[in-house]
Amino acid sequence: MTQAMTGAKMVVQALKDQGVEVVFGYPGGAVLPIYDEIFQQNDIRHILVRHEQGAVHAAEGYARSTGKPGVVLVTSGPGATNAVTGITDALLDSIPLVVLTGQVPTFMIGTDGFQEADTVGITRPCTKHNWLVKETDKLAATLHEAFHVATSGRPGPVLIDIPKDVQFASGTYTPPNGAGRSHYQPKVKGDIDTITQLVEAMEKAERPVFYTGGGVINSGPAASQLLRELVEATGFPITSTLMGLGAYPASGDKWLGMLGMHGLYEANLAMHGCDLMINIGARFDDRITGRIADFSPNSIKAHIDIDPSSINKVIHVDMPIIGDVGHVLEDMLRIWKSRGRKTNKPGLKKWWGQIDAWRQVDCLSFDPSPKTIKPQHALQRLEALTKDHDRYITTEVGQHQMWAAQFLGFEDPNRWMTSGGLGTMGYGFPASIGVQLAHPESLVINVAGEASWLMNMQEMGTTVQYRLPVKQFILNNERLGMVRQWQELLHGERYSHSWSEALPDFVKLAEAFGAKGIYCDNPDDLDDAILEMINHDGPVIFDCLVEKHENCFPMIPSGEPHNKMLLGDASTSDVIGSSGAVLV
Amino acid sequence: MSPLQIQKGTSRHSAYDLRDPHSDVEEVHTLAVLVDNEAGVLARVIGLFSGRGYNIESLTVAEVDHEGHLSRITIVTTGTPAVIEQIKAQLGRIVPVHDVHDLTVEGPAVERELALFKVKGSGDKRVEALRLADIFRANAVDSTLESFVFELTGTSAKIDAFAELMRPLGLIEMARTGVAALSRGV
Ligand SMILES: Cc1ncc(C[n+]2csc(CCOP(=O)(O)OP(=O)(O)O)c2C)c(N)n1
Ligand SMILES: [Mg+2]
Repeated sequence: MTQAMTGAKMVVQALKDQGVEVVFGYPGGAVLPIYDEIFQQNDIRHILVRHEQGAVHAAEGYARSTGKPGVVLVTSGPGATNAVTGITDALLDSIPLVVLTGQVPTFMIGTDGFQEADTVGITRPCTKHNWLVKETDKLAATLHEAFHVATSGRPGPVLIDIPKDVQFASGTYTPPNGAGRSHYQPKVKGDIDTITQLVEAMEKAERPVFYTGGGVINSGPAASQLLRELVEATGFPITSTLMGLGAYPASGDKWLGMLGMHGLYEANLAMHGCDLMINIGARFDDRITGRIADFSPNSIKAHIDIDPSSINKVIHVDMPIIGDVGHVLEDMLRIWKSRGRKTNKPGLKKWWGQIDAWRQVDCLSFDPSPKTIKPQHALQRLEALTKDHDRYITTEVGQHQMWAAQFLGFEDPNRWMTSGGLGTMGYGFPASIGVQLAHPESLVINVAGEASWLMNMQEMGTTVQYRLPVKQFILNNERLGMVRQWQELLHGERYSHSWSEALPDFVKLAEAFGAKGIYCDNPDDLDDAILEMINHDGPVIFDCLVEKHENCFPMIPSGEPHNKMLLGDASTSDVIGSSGAVLV
Repeated sequence: MSPLQIQKGTSRHSAYDLRDPHSDVEEVHTLAVLVDNEAGVLARVIGLFSGRGYNIESLTVAEVDHEGHLSRITIVTTGTPAVIEQIKAQLGRIVPVHDVHDLTVEGPAVERELALFKVKGSGDKRVEALRLADIFRANAVDSTLESFVFELTGTSAKIDAFAELMRPLGLIEMARTGVAALSRGV
């Protein structure tokens, strides 16, 4: 049913019609008409962040933990540019977002007007698509198309730039289905012949491995369910990227743990030594492959991905299958069953024997300490004390992030929110806010490093204002730990600007915002302190003083293949060659 | 398993994939990209090439379907087989892109470019320029007592050749449209 209304009202109407419940935003001159409409309704909740970057990461956390698109509303100029880091983060991790930006009125565009920035120009390379809407009559259709593009195919952030005069002017509103079918319709069904070929390879493989990624999570809970069924039925080992944790349960006996630069020994060696690699919704990122020429040299590779440009981008594969992970898994299972549920049992038995031997290496072991809290120990205790809770974890970026991925177990998808592709320090705290808003009754913990956490600490105001009981679990090593680790291994232990000087007293900081602060530096007090954090009904900053010079292992040095993995400090001298040193 | 062992017609492989994907040999390809004629679409395509480090040898764009708001972008690019495949896949995922055709592998195609040449001279050189223009079937579209402007349509190679010949005869300025291309037959 079409209706006449102002552009500003259309924005709110379209959000309602798209089922949006929460908008993360920050007002300013160029979006005042939209804020005026938000004021006059109660269906959509607006969360006032303290910085536009925070709004975008919060929307990412919301999206990642619900499977729904996150929505952001910011003003022109600095509002839009502040959002750019978050938008790029969402692009690299394929998170569906709809970002609305205000713009100077159409007749002022190009005059360097106050708070004018070429927002669509700036965000063209960091959005999946973006639009500048110059006519109110086109606004409704564009808003609906934006939700369609953000959520279909490989999800990603989209942006609509709306000049202020377009917000004030009246036009015709069309509801979502009235807008006509979009030409953007990515293919979701995989090619049956190639899927059958893959099933044939699975029947014969002696050393198969499933290598799964964020695509399984993005495909939805049904895809995770199908993956579990397939793994159980075939008995193949499974590993996952950082982005895919939780698609297969960490407690499952086929689980090898995360792979990649800081992945588990058994996972990386299984990738290196397999004869059939089945990539499901992962993208052969350089953190995963190490040296390309030596990547899994003797395997046949299948790659299931909804984005055709992911195929053969980095690693040439033998069986490309373009389609939605859920659809393809369904076909795989069906075909495998109809052909008699065959696997190479003797081969698999030997393969598991090999894997069990690798597991014996116990690559995550670390030297415990009675005096200082080891970060790994802190996470083990956090895991033990929270794993039975209805729990969501976000992280910042650095060593703590890798330890969290190694030491926390994820049983379900959408429970783990981390910045993988862009590696954005400052992601985790606002993301935890978005997660908590979506899951008000759940325990939401941001595993943070002190340096990352400070990058978006202003969001304490948001947590207190909206009574969001997020727990900021800061593994405080008073170091830019990951940078320090690289300097130790790569730059002759010259620790150039990699320590955190002049840190705040985090307990007082919490109190200054009206939240609770907890300090702990003694392993004996750790459990009680963690319980105190969990049991407090409100936001908490937990300042957990940890060992300052702990390194994160295993580690595959840049430019090395999977089987050249470092397991501990003893093996680290002169590890990274000069060709590796230029890599990041 | 190499892609060569994959049975014909059983996979998503195009005939193109049957060539060595690891080849380092750079090839020249002409791509026809059908896009919505909307603001910024050319910037998206060009930004893709600059952002990902691909080459553009030539690029032309114009609206070809006024009613459907469709433009056709013709791009001549160079790259190894793997890079060319990536370029096509990356172009294909730009939202306003409807279709990407690799005219170089899809069968014979006609490629034409139009160029204008300003040649200044007198006496023998002027006569020689006019004679060569005649051989190349270039038209003089402007003449003064001391100059010509020739118009020439043809393959890029023909235009290069004509430019080479005109240079010693007083070529002072030149404008080229870039390549437009269509597949032969229907
Ligand atoms: C915005 C941003 N700037 C710089 C970096 C580079 N970087 C990666 S990890 C890291 C150190 C993080 O320190 P901290 O948050 O304390 O975590 P830790 O490694 O000590 O656990 C830095 C500076 C980054 N990833 N993001
Ligand atoms: Mg730190």
